[in-house]
Amino acid sequence: MSAFAVRPDLSIGAWRVWQRHRDVLLTLWKSEFVAQLAEPVIVIFALGLGLGQFVELSSGEDYVVFLAPGLIAMFAMFAAVFECSWGSYVRLEMQGTYRAIMATPVSVDDIITGELLWGTTRAMITGSYILLVAVLLNPWFHMVESPLAILVVPLLFLPGMLFSCISLCFASVARAMSQFSYFFNLVINPMFWFGGAFFPFDELPEWAQVLGWFIPLTHVVDINRGLMQGELHWSLLGDLAWIIAATAIFYWLALVGMRRRLIE
Amino acid sequence: MHQFPVEARGLVKTYGSFRAVDGVSFAVREGECFGILGPNGAGKSTTIKMISCVSPPSGGELYVGGMDVRKKAREVKSILGIVPQDDNLDPDLSVRQNLLVYARYYNLSKREAMPAVDEALDLFQLTEKADARVDDLSGGMKRRLVIARALVHNPRIVVLDEPTTGLDPQARHLVWQKLRLLKSRGVTMLLTTHYMDEAAHLCDRLIIVHRGRILTEGEPRALISEFAGDQVLELRMSPGERAPLLAEIQGAPGVAIEEVEDIVYVFGAPEATQKVAEHVNDPSKAFLRPGNLEDVFLRLTGRGLLD
Repeated sequence: MSAFAVRPDLSIGAWRVWQRHRDVLLTLWKSEFVAQLAEPVIVIFALGLGLGQFVELSSGEDYVVFLAPGLIAMFAMFAAVFECSWGSYVRLEMQGTYRAIMATPVSVDDIITGELLWGTTRAMITGSYILLVAVLLNPWFHMVESPLAILVVPLLFLPGMLFSCISLCFASVARAMSQFSYFFNLVINPMFWFGGAFFPFDELPEWAQVLGWFIPLTHVVDINRGLMQGELHWSLLGDLAWIIAATAIFYWLALVGMRRRLIE
Repeated sequence: MHQFPVEARGLVKTYGSFRAVDGVSFAVREGECFGILGPNGAGKSTTIKMISCVSPPSGGELYVGGMDVRKKAREVKSILGIVPQDDNLDPDLSVRQNLLVYARYYNLSKREAMPAVDEALDLFQLTEKADARVDDLSGGMKRRLVIARALVHNPRIVVLDEPTTGLDPQARHLVWQKLRLLKSRGVTMLLTTHYMDEAAHLCDRLIIVHRGRILTEGEPRALISEFAGDQVLELRMSPGERAPLLAEIQGAPGVAIEEVEDIVYVFGAPEATQKVAEHVNDPSKAFLRPGNLEDVFLRLTGRGLLD
């Protein structure tokens, strides 16, 4: 098979790889999960309530209400990114996990797809947890204004997949662990700050809005915000299409990168 | 048509302009232990990678279980048990989990895998360590676990890439013992090694490879008597000491002489080498010993296996 083949060579093996990651998480869940529970709550209080006191939005809504959909998108992004950048690189180079699996009937495309599905799962778990926190705090802060918010959970699949693919693309060309600082400083952190989670785009100059359109996180935040506030526009379909198209492109790039890396 | 468990014809693997495997042909028979013996860089591991479908051949034909590795990668991999050169066990999982998770890659259900896993743990003396973390195992235990892992799905052919490299002698003998046991159960095995004693010990037939090509093929004993004679005289002499002796024994009947670094090797039948030994003034510098596969390699290449 050519490294550039468009059609992935997939089987149940992708699921087997996902199961391997699940089993590892179930073994290590104390260190993986518990420590992460506090952070979103801290951010909601520090930024939403602390900083929020001094922020007056032209829409008139409370800053914490504006912020919540962005936090879900952002933390979900980080969950996928950590899993499929550092996590995948460790399995690729340090632990030899991929090469061990390659000797079994599981194909390289299965391995990559299993990794991506796992990164997606981590994003969905993290995003759903923050939504749950928002719902629990709703009597006081009204962060979830519409029952449509429940749709955020299944729709997290898409950004989970997108950010996993983007991260794995980078992991497939990285030659050392230290190179991930480029990825984080030049790709992920700018996306974190400028992805529409912390401030509204509509009042910025037009060039900034155009720039924002190219940031993947922006589209995820738009969708989450629409669902949580119960304000649906046709433009959300555009956001959805944007994410699906970008995911397809980055999925293919991740496959090509990893095939080139793994098949000697 | 391709009835052999493994059959290679004119197999080639190139990396850029480098030919790692350069036209290799061999066939592994059902139930035998077939060896690929050669120094580091001879193309042994590359051949194994092509057989195990993780590296596609650049040329030639390769059939495993009668199937073309280029077209039936998944099917080929499902009948193979692979023991790679390095212990790529899963450090995030326990010993038992390593076997269970690996069996799942072969689509064994947990119910099918459980008895096979317990049997493999028992066979390789790892039952006590079943819940240990992989990082807590000794080198020998890791190696045994890697071999056990390759057997859980009951493969038709077991492929071992340098199974004892880096092990201490005791751990090595334990691994050999387990491999002999597998052989007695009729498992077809293909192994690479650069240890001649390992090859002589375990293999029914072998090929000796050097720089991507096959130098010779046959049964270990037959190869030794053909190329090394039954007895070898080793003379450990400085170049100054050896010159007069060499002049004296040059052309002696029934022997072949090879100089490698600081040792002179004299190959031949026992009587012939014995006769040569009588020419040596200082007996502490002459050693008579049976021929081995290293000598075969030496005769064929003029150099040692382990350099």
